[in-house]
Amino acid sequence: MIPGKFEYHIPTTVDEVVALLGEYGDEAKILAGGHSLLPMMKLRFAEPAHLIDISRIGEIKGIHEQGGTVRIGAMTTENELIASELLQQKCPLIPAVARLIADPQVRNRGTIGGDIAHGDPGNDHPAAMMALDATFVLRGPNGEREVPANGFFLGTYWTDLQQGEIMTEIRVPPFTSGTGYGFNKLKRKTGDFATAASTVVLKLNGNTCADIRITLTNVGPTAFRADEAENILRGQVISEALIEQAAQQVMAVCEPAKDLRGDEEYKTHMAAEMTRRSIRDALARAKG
Amino acid sequence: MAKHNISFKLNGQQVNALVESRELLVHVIREQCGQTGTHIGCETSHCGVCTVDLNGESVKSCTVLAVQADGSEVMTVEGLAQNGVLHAVQEAFMQEHGLQCGFCTPGMLIRAYRFLQENPNPTEEEIRWGLSGNLCRCTGYQNIIKAVKVAAEKMQSV
Repeated sequence: MIPGKFEYHIPTTVDEVVALLGEYGDEAKILAGGHSLLPMMKLRFAEPAHLIDISRIGEIKGIHEQGGTVRIGAMTTENELIASELLQQKCPLIPAVARLIADPQVRNRGTIGGDIAHGDPGNDHPAAMMALDATFVLRGPNGEREVPANGFFLGTYWTDLQQGEIMTEIRVPPFTSGTGYGFNKLKRKTGDFATAASTVVLKLNGNTCADIRITLTNVGPTAFRADEAENILRGQVISEALIEQAAQQVMAVCEPAKDLRGDEEYKTHMAAEMTRRSIRDALARAKG
Repeated sequence: MAKHNISFKLNGQQVNALVESRELLVHVIREQCGQTGTHIGCETSHCGVCTVDLNGESVKSCTVLAVQADGSEVMTVEGLAQNGVLHAVQEAFMQEHGLQCGFCTPGMLIRAYRFLQENPNPTEEEIRWGLSGNLCRCTGYQNIIKAVKVAAEKMQSV
């Protein structure tokens, strides 16, 4: 299997990418790590006439802290996320998520920006980004804009990234004391997408849950936030009874698609179980 | 569509190739360079038989465009043995019966080689984790894991 014919471009700056996107419009696709796009091109699900390879643009790689936020270049690979001591200290959820994506070879190519911008409901970073309240930096013909992760994912393969724009950076607020995370992903085998996954980030004030975000992966047309389940726990001392109420609320809002990983009912129950586990894990980590 | 003149190092030798944009690295290695040790399996980046070393990292060469390898250093299973002497990883796979039909073996060997550069003294769990991108349908993996462990010991004792 090989992709259809296309013209290959290898710019070295983001400005050149924006110019190429402007020139070729909807005939162009950006190639990041290529582990979603190239398989889709082989199957002719995607047939861009122009492929813009952004792997040699140094300015959108790497992880650093600036102005109180952790900034991750969109072309940072999954294995670079896993190896980052800065992330391990400031935002350990991101390496925890990356460790369960695909396999070692794929993690050498696959990037955080590609995973987010692709808009696949099975991808794992979108839910993590929503749980972290991350911000995405997008650059287009009219300059740069910052958009919150919550609100970015509009539908399957549909995001707020406009034609002519490229995602350049992901900005994440570092964890403060009393913050804990949980990430639980059920998958059939290494390399598979989640049957269901749940991400939780919560902040404790004493024993009270001061704030919480609960997000779900692959049980709806996009990753989504379970607002009403959060409302059950926010402001409360979290008990097993409340965790169960939140899990039931998660089940009420799941809309999984039936596939080889299971039917709607099974996936919905698994989303609830992943959520129970993630709340417990987040609570334990927040207590230190 | 314009073709691209690319140049890269394959197992230490400089090679040049004229490729279409859509050609995959594995096809150029096998068909233009004639190095058929690297196999083609699932072609969807799952099975790992096409694993090669690209600039010191394991990648699946069915999901890398050949044009992306321009200027890089590529190592395949053919690059493991030196002057007719098998690499410790190859010796260990032979000694521990780390293969049956042999189809997945080139990918296993080149991945095991890179994994042991990254982690020279791994635990069994780390080996399973490190080789999780390579599928074998014959062995049940037990002897592959043993072979990597033995290879690590051989390489440490040199």
